[in-house]
Amino acid sequence: MAIELKMPALSPTMEEGTLSKWLVKEGDEVQAGDILAEIETDKATMEFESIDEGQVGKILVPEGTENVKVGTVIAVIGGDGEDVSSSGGEAEAKPESAQMEKSESPEPAKTVEPPKAEARASDPDIPEGTNMVPVTVREALRDAMAEEMRRDERVFVMGEEVAEYQGAYKVTQGLLEEFGPRRVIDTPITEYGFAGIGTGAAMGGLRPVVEFMTFNFAMQAMDHLINSAAKTNYMSGGQMRCPVVFRGPNGAASRVAAQHSQNYASWFSHVPGLIVIAPYDSSDAKGLLKAAIRCEDPVIFLENELVYGRSFELAQLDDHVLPIGKARIVREGSDVTIVSYSIGVGFALEAAEALAEEGIEAEVIDLRTLRPLDKETVLESLAKTNRLVIAEEGWPQCSIASEIQGICMEDGFDYLDAPVLRVCNEDVPLPYAANLEKLALIDSPRIVEAAKKVCYR
Amino acid sequence: MAKPAARRGTSSSKTNRKSKAATSDSSDENFELRSLQDEYSEKKRFDASDDELLELYERMLLIRRFEERAGQLYGLGLIGGFCHLYIGQEAVAVGIQSALEGGKDSVITGYRDHGHMLAYGIDPKIIMAELTGRQAGISHGKGGSMHMFSTEHAFYGGHGIVGAQVPLGAGLAFAHKYREDGGICVAYFGDGAANQGQVYETFNMASLWNLPIVFVIENNQYAMGTSVKRSSAETHFYRRGTAFRIPGMDVNGMDVLEVRQATEIAIKHVRDGGGPVLMELNTYRYRGHSMSDPAKYRTREEVQDVREKRDPIEHAKALLIERGISEDKLKDIDKDIRAKVSEAADFAESSPEPEASELYTDVLVGNY
Repeated sequence: MAIELKMPALSPTMEEGTLSKWLVKEGDEVQAGDILAEIETDKATMEFESIDEGQVGKILVPEGTENVKVGTVIAVIGGDGEDVSSSGGEAEAKPESAQMEKSESPEPAKTVEPPKAEARASDPDIPEGTNMVPVTVREALRDAMAEEMRRDERVFVMGEEVAEYQGAYKVTQGLLEEFGPRRVIDTPITEYGFAGIGTGAAMGGLRPVVEFMTFNFAMQAMDHLINSAAKTNYMSGGQMRCPVVFRGPNGAASRVAAQHSQNYASWFSHVPGLIVIAPYDSSDAKGLLKAAIRCEDPVIFLENELVYGRSFELAQLDDHVLPIGKARIVREGSDVTIVSYSIGVGFALEAAEALAEEGIEAEVIDLRTLRPLDKETVLESLAKTNRLVIAEEGWPQCSIASEIQGICMEDGFDYLDAPVLRVCNEDVPLPYAANLEKLALIDSPRIVEAAKKVCYR
Repeated sequence: MAKPAARRGTSSSKTNRKSKAATSDSSDENFELRSLQDEYSEKKRFDASDDELLELYERMLLIRRFEERAGQLYGLGLIGGFCHLYIGQEAVAVGIQSALEGGKDSVITGYRDHGHMLAYGIDPKIIMAELTGRQAGISHGKGGSMHMFSTEHAFYGGHGIVGAQVPLGAGLAFAHKYREDGGICVAYFGDGAANQGQVYETFNMASLWNLPIVFVIENNQYAMGTSVKRSSAETHFYRRGTAFRIPGMDVNGMDVLEVRQATEIAIKHVRDGGGPVLMELNTYRYRGHSMSDPAKYRTREEVQDVREKRDPIEHAKALLIERGISEDKLKDIDKDIRAKVSEAADFAESSPEPEASELYTDVLVGNY
């Protein structure tokens, strides 16, 4: 059987090339692997190998021919012992480019809508008479891990100083004592490596909770968070899951300057395949960390060092788990909506108190989960107040705040009575000097000012 | 001196104390990094039965023919993007895989992964259909050449970022050890990846925690266009575990029986609780780094010389003929394999592209 040799595509982008040289002539016997010709692309001269054996029949495109389209029949080879020297002329040199095939492919995905989320989850009701106890965020996080470790043997904690030192910020306090060194593992200072090991352990069926001493150091591990953890389920057609939690403090701490003070929320929330959670109070910290550990998807869990020591009322329940992907209205109001997350929620609540004194009732929304983002809660509130401000302890450009602005513009335009304003950190690396640091970070007076502005007050 | 908790913590009760001391206790003057190499040097070839050798030969030939066909389909525009062929390196994946315990051990590699998948017995049709980006492909057309996985075969990819598979593999080994399931992980990477920092972070932790892992460096002599000599201060990669007290083995990756024998020794060491082993498999790729590489960094003669003198498939074929296997039988095998590959190619060409709705599936597992 004669085999048509077609002009090969030698790079992902090649559409045509020059057949610079034939290294065989009509009638030659060739073996698989023999080099037949040299082809010049826009990038390089490539060798064209035979994959079949047989006799070279008709050469249809002479050497030196330029702009030969990919897919053009350039020669004919006969099978074992077959003489095709005269039969080749029938094969016309016409381009059968990949372009043509593409045009026959099914309709582009344009018309396809992403699937709508099913019935929206909401926080479970706290039964009447439940004991409420003030608990620090630090303890709430610790209890979440401990409870999940008791519940599921596959859960383990790894990171720098998580075991014997009891956690650099004491979030893992007591875990080593209860669960032993098999499940509470001190790592060397080697973020790239242990983030990869944690991710691989999740692929292998375990439930790792990987602590970054702070998220600033997660930059050394970014590749595994994005390329290994987030994309694997998709790339494997749903075969390979990666149920890992990366957690640790994020955002500005206090007087540790630029390299140790950054909010990475928008970086991570940019990436499909990740869940990004950033709680504010103890109840959300505990309920969402427990949900994160049970979650089948990779989770980035952003805590805040300045909030670790704050106490909040926490319901004493056997199993306090909250839904991922659901914002929470932490203060109801009718005049203006303040959207925030993490430490910003504290500033937003302070601002709401101050605004109330001036007769402005602000509704405060804690996003809690940044990806998937609960647009509905934001838009419902906007429909009620018609004015919205976002408070974010982070830089303004390409921020969560920008995203909320975009959502309000696209889906809430008709509700708007004023432009949506962002209250973010100053657009500079965080300085060390006390006065400059204070100037750079958001605070409640700035939120009050923005809220009054959108209320035209 | 008290040992750090982490080491105690991840040492299971099954750990062989004696060999542990031999590999990880830095005060041990008798630490012998070449102990495995010495054992291997005493007897380099695995004693394969005729049937075993035939099977190894068939697997290698399947990879060769499959990859040739993949190259052809790429030329026809049916395969897009990057496509890295395994031609020349077949003895490595086939030899190592033959020593593993199916259903127990796990494997992970980089982006040159078609050959590995075939070596593990994954259906050529669904691999080829992934290369052509079809719904029937092993990743439903969403992974492509570099991103293929089969959890069913404990094949964990198929990773596109150079070196990333090394800590991921250590994570798989960590899971074996944590569950005490007796399995080990084989993590393959190339001479190029061997210069990535994360590899050494992993060596450190794997040795510190005594993880059941074999690190396999497939040294095919070129990291894309950069030869080993131009990129590596230490070109003997098997020595690169020394600083982490990981024993190394220098193996001819062009002889499937030598690969098998070396792997048997390495695996025994790891399974007995001896901790990680680093194997350097010296091999050669005949084709460019990827399909779009003109390979101008080496001479045609160099490639031809390896093909003629060291080809792993020709070598196995000669051994089989020496053992009295008839040429006709070998011809029949070749014919069967060609038919199988043609069938895979036809399937891959005629299968439909993914449904547009597939765009949104498998981004996340849960509904939120």
